[in-house]
Amino acid sequence: MIVRLVQRIGILLASLAVSSVLVFAFMAVLPGDPARVALGTSASDSAVAQLREQFGLDRPLVAQYLHWIHGLLTFDPGNSYISQAPIGPQLADRLQVTLWLVGTGMVIACVLALPMGTLMAVRHRKPSGLVLSALSQVGVAIPAFLAGILLITVFAVGLGWLPANGWTPPVQDPVLFLKQLLMPALSLGIVQAAVLTRYVRSAVLDVLREDYLRTARAKGLRPTRALLRHGLRNAAVPVVTVLALQLATLLVGSVVIERVFVIPGLGSLLLDSVANRDLIVVQDVVMIIAMAVLLVNFLVDLVYLLIDPRLRGGAS
Amino acid sequence: MSAPEREATVASAVPAGRRRRRPVTGSLLVGGLVVAIVIGMALLSFVWTPHDPTLVDPSVRLREPSPDYWFGTDKFGRDVFSQILMGSRTTLFVGFVAVGVAAVVGVPLGIVAGMAPRWFGELLMRGNDLLLAFPALLLAIMFAAVYGAGTLVAMIAIGIASIPHFARLIRGGTLQVMETEYVTAARAAGRGPFAIAVRHVLPNVTSLVIVQASVGFAIAVLAEAALSFLGFGTPPPTPSWGRMLQESQELLSIAPRLAVFPGVAIAVAVLGFNLLGDGLRDRFDPKLEDRR
Amino acid sequence: MTPVPETGPAAAAPGSPDDVLAVRNLGVTVGGRKLVEDVDFTIRAGERVGLIGESGSGKSLTALSVMGLLPEGLRASGSVRLAGVGHDLVGADEARMSRVRGKEIAMVFQEPMTALNPTMRVGRQIAEVLLIHRTRPDRASARAAAVELLAQVGLPDPAAAAQAYPHQFSGGQRQRVVLAIALANDPALLVCDEPTTALDVTVQARVLDLIVRGVQDRRSAMLFITHDLAVVATACERVMVMYGGRLVESGPVREVFTRPRHRYTQGLIGASDLTVVDDRGRLATIPGSVPAAGRFPAGCVFRNRCAQATDVCATRPEWVPTGPDSGYACFHPVPAGSGAPGTGSPTNQEAGRG
Repeated sequence: MIVRLVQRIGILLASLAVSSVLVFAFMAVLPGDPARVALGTSASDSAVAQLREQFGLDRPLVAQYLHWIHGLLTFDPGNSYISQAPIGPQLADRLQVTLWLVGTGMVIACVLALPMGTLMAVRHRKPSGLVLSALSQVGVAIPAFLAGILLITVFAVGLGWLPANGWTPPVQDPVLFLKQLLMPALSLGIVQAAVLTRYVRSAVLDVLREDYLRTARAKGLRPTRALLRHGLRNAAVPVVTVLALQLATLLVGSVVIERVFVIPGLGSLLLDSVANRDLIVVQDVVMIIAMAVLLVNFLVDLVYLLIDPRLRGGAS
Repeated sequence: MSAPEREATVASAVPAGRRRRRPVTGSLLVGGLVVAIVIGMALLSFVWTPHDPTLVDPSVRLREPSPDYWFGTDKFGRDVFSQILMGSRTTLFVGFVAVGVAAVVGVPLGIVAGMAPRWFGELLMRGNDLLLAFPALLLAIMFAAVYGAGTLVAMIAIGIASIPHFARLIRGGTLQVMETEYVTAARAAGRGPFAIAVRHVLPNVTSLVIVQASVGFAIAVLAEAALSFLGFGTPPPTPSWGRMLQESQELLSIAPRLAVFPGVAIAVAVLGFNLLGDGLRDRFDPKLEDRR
Repeated sequence: MTPVPETGPAAAAPGSPDDVLAVRNLGVTVGGRKLVEDVDFTIRAGERVGLIGESGSGKSLTALSVMGLLPEGLRASGSVRLAGVGHDLVGADEARMSRVRGKEIAMVFQEPMTALNPTMRVGRQIAEVLLIHRTRPDRASARAAAVELLAQVGLPDPAAAAQAYPHQFSGGQRQRVVLAIALANDPALLVCDEPTTALDVTVQARVLDLIVRGVQDRRSAMLFITHDLAVVATACERVMVMYGGRLVESGPVREVFTRPRHRYTQGLIGASDLTVVDDRGRLATIPGSVPAAGRFPAGCVFRNRCAQATDVCATRPEWVPTGPDSGYACFHPVPAGSGAPGTGSPTNQEAGRG
């Protein structure tokens, strides 16, 4: 158990290191000089040189990399090339907004997909199962931003029940916060639910054909209880894997959704920074998203160890 | 002795037509049809569109659908139906190049990772998994930040982000093929790894590649739409479904149909490629079929 | 433990008060094809009955019909009555069946490697069957009983075993756990579907011995499905031979094995005798192979592989009783008292007799 844990932590650290080098290298090899890019072509050479010195762009790449990583790890990623404002507080604010979105979207996806997928598996030969299955196939084909636009058309423009866009921090006005959170989170959640439903269905179908489920029924458990008591835990392993992959999709989906609903999250920051050629911020945001994905993969590995005793190794 | 017995009993117990020979499933039929329609639209757009999709004509702004403008016109007076037709070209082109990039890199990578010594294969897969931390859209935005937005940048970014899916799947298939007796025989006969890869592994994983290509196409269509929506995809004036959606958003209260037509086009195309992928999977490997 | 029959008309269903299981006219169909047909038999309290046949003969389906656990899409017809159960097991709903399964009838499956839930401790899996049927008042006593059962099936250090997960056991040990689950509630009938087939030869005998001892201690009846004649000879008192979804012969083990009447039984016994070879030095076999399920010939199901088959075999042979528990269904039976069989397949036999 301990060995596995150490092994997983090692993999996480190695992945983080390699991906940070990749992100850094990618941004470092870009054609042109970030300082020149930031100041525009009309800037004087001396102004460019000054900016280069200010941000340490004249130092060797390795030193620049270490400086960047150090900044990220100490939650002090320095100042923007463009606005000169400190990036740290901005990242923290934006990240919080995006986490609300992604978290709520994930909860919506799970609440919809876990029971629906199970139902689809149990009824996979009945018309109701086939209809749900077809519905999920359609859901998979709808991009989150399209779902967002459709929701706005119906609930904001058509019925006027919810605000079409905007964001209010929960401490400021909890009711408005929830109203504004609902549609973007639904857009993310419904589409992810469609994908997740299909995986839940196939995981549960696999489990339904397992011998131990027949053993459970031979013990005198009714099919539903047999599935709940013996099946779901075993079906959870592949589902958890997909959940982790979906987090990456949700984080990226929120980039688009934040644009649709005009929400000041990490995605908006990323897009604005790209538009402003504020490359250091782009680099930071990309790294934060990659870090989040890798961290979740690590957590999933830990969850496996909890779910499946076979992975823990060693005899008891 | 009796493990095969139960299999045989149950397998033959299910009527033959339903389980074994299922050459054409509903998914395959519908998916193939939809994909054929999208391809047909793209081809048609080369020879005919009702109007010039890029022609700005303020005198016909925001027309409702009519015999002259089937899907109506947008805020610049451009014909929506013509844009949808032309947009299918963009969609297919991006999908094709992205899937091509992913397959050309991912398939050999998967085969090498499957044939190489275990530790090396694992290492390659770890690196492969790392790419999963950079989904298509994120990669495309990064690329756009560095190289500027454009169709080519978008296609390559989507392609790179799709590599790990191909590599993982193909490695799995390769590992299976490598355990078969004919590969053992070929190795015993002194065939080199390259010959085995080309003669035995590649033909056997082709069906996996085709299935993944279809599914990857759907992912690429979604990513291209999202990128165009964000303004990182195909630049104007070339019509693109994603950008049509983006342009429609400010007019939702006046002309929601401007969102509906490209939205439906995207969803139908993605659905088509997904169904085609599912149908092909059923056809190639009945064991993987969608559980009867 | 012989169940005490309930009073009332239904309780009297099995023909004699001693009968535990009465199967009448059992059939299994899928999509109009018959996989099992007209199966009739009775098992008395404490009796150990073997059901033998080749792969695809329908013996597993017969067992699963009794348990009400047929795979999806397969339908059972006819009647299966269990003493002490007031309803027919065929067509009973899940609510009723779930009260019978694990309590009155229990089952040991063929594949011990997959029969246990990999994510649940073994002790809990055993305790569960006691708690479902409320045969133990609470969790603690059920756990204690589970440890006791693990000791009964001969697992060393049962207390530790109860805390372990299935993957920590070997196949033979897992089958003991499955047996412990099956025996937990002292069922009136234990159904075993090839319980030793998947095990190493060295542990087969030990597990078989545990099964027989387990049912004897509880005075449970047993229906034992296998294709291995030697196993039947050690574990059972009576044997039924199945082919093509029908019972073709039944009787006391000694009688059937030494003086088979049905030509198929004769071939089966000949094929299992490794001391008999034909003039080219090959082991005896039954010519041809078992047709696919539901594709057996009309009339006598064995006639396309039988050297004695004549035109009359195209009609369905009647069951010929030869004793209270024995009989066969064949137009051209091996003459009674023709001595020991084992002279090979029907073909050889024919040649030898000619």
